[in-house]
Amino acid sequence: MKYWQLITDGIWHRNPTLVIGIGMCPTLAVTTSISNALWMTLAATFVLVCSNALVSAVKNIVPDHIRIPIFITIIASFVIIVELTLKAFQPEVDKALGIFIPLIVVNCIILGRAEEFAQKNDVISSVFDGIGMGMGIGFALGLLAFFREILGANKLMGYTFIPGMEPSLVMIMAPGAFFTLAFILWGMNVIKSKSKK
Amino acid sequence: MELKIFLTILFATIFINNYVLSQILGLCPFLGVSKKLDSALGMGLAVIFVMGMASFFTFFIYKYVLIPYGITYLRTLAFILIIAGLVQLVEMIIEKVSPSLYQALGIFLPLITTNCAILGVTVLNIDSGFITADYGLLKSVVQGIGGGIGFTLALLLMAGIRERLELADIPENLKGLPITFIVAGLLAIAFLGFSGMSF
Repeated sequence: MKYWQLITDGIWHRNPTLVIGIGMCPTLAVTTSISNALWMTLAATFVLVCSNALVSAVKNIVPDHIRIPIFITIIASFVIIVELTLKAFQPEVDKALGIFIPLIVVNCIILGRAEEFAQKNDVISSVFDGIGMGMGIGFALGLLAFFREILGANKLMGYTFIPGMEPSLVMIMAPGAFFTLAFILWGMNVIKSKSKK
Repeated sequence: MELKIFLTILFATIFINNYVLSQILGLCPFLGVSKKLDSALGMGLAVIFVMGMASFFTFFIYKYVLIPYGITYLRTLAFILIIAGLVQLVEMIIEKVSPSLYQALGIFLPLITTNCAILGVTVLNIDSGFITADYGLLKSVVQGIGGGIGFTLALLLMAGIRERLELADIPENLKGLPITFIVAGLLAIAFLGFSGMSF
């Protein structure tokens, strides 16, 4: 039950991207299509779960004042694993995500969870926290990519959405990313204020 | 002739490929430190400085340590450790040399380590092939400084607008992050006007 709580917290109540508002760069930059968003989620979740587990496992032997460099080294090692694996088996994905794969290292969500959760809890709940947060990232990225792919490329998962519609190119460029996220956050605020009443 | 190339790189990183508004990098400090103009300026100066230094040192380490030993796959790990160490060093030096500057920049320096624009610039320096190019070191430092100036420009624009927004009448549900993103989107459209420019 406790583990279920951790997962639902990650997806909705404490959603890292939409509620806490961290880890914005990959969120906005890679959501030009659903497949990019999916691969980014997989990569980030893998790093998040592994680093959470390892940080939690070594928490008692890490001296407190040098814990941040150690956490960053742990995270960077897993990012390198992801980077090399994608380069070897999915070169097109690696090309599409570009520098945002190495930039997972500085994704605030991962260091934030290591600092805030993993170093205070046991390995199993840290793994579940990682899965929950990963699904939260997936939810946010999927939602953004869904709107941006339809409006910006007139496609859904690579298939044409409405035949003959001329897509608005700006939606898959930087301004579209900002606007889409603004409207999603607005919508969430509306839902929240309605449910409060 | 060479000067023209450097000016092109500088102009391109500040306006055409602005790291924040067209490449979407470094959004955390862009959103976090853009509430007041003076703190935005402090953060911007610190970023220009660290970006220039980081471009210099990562280029050096990549060319003379990682390539000769054939361990270029450790790039990400090496770069983030260089940046973290550099930020720490800069912080200590500024604290000793100029306490007044430290007062102004102090709280921003630790934040810079996790600014993805810094790691982004160093990775892009490598990916744009400066390693084998003539004057590669100088080109990467120019790209780093230009990136920092572009970041500062975006941050200052945003801070100026947000100071005004404090007094504006905004619908309750749009307050906070949503309106900030709408402003960022409008700024990004303005910067989109530079794309397609070439020399």
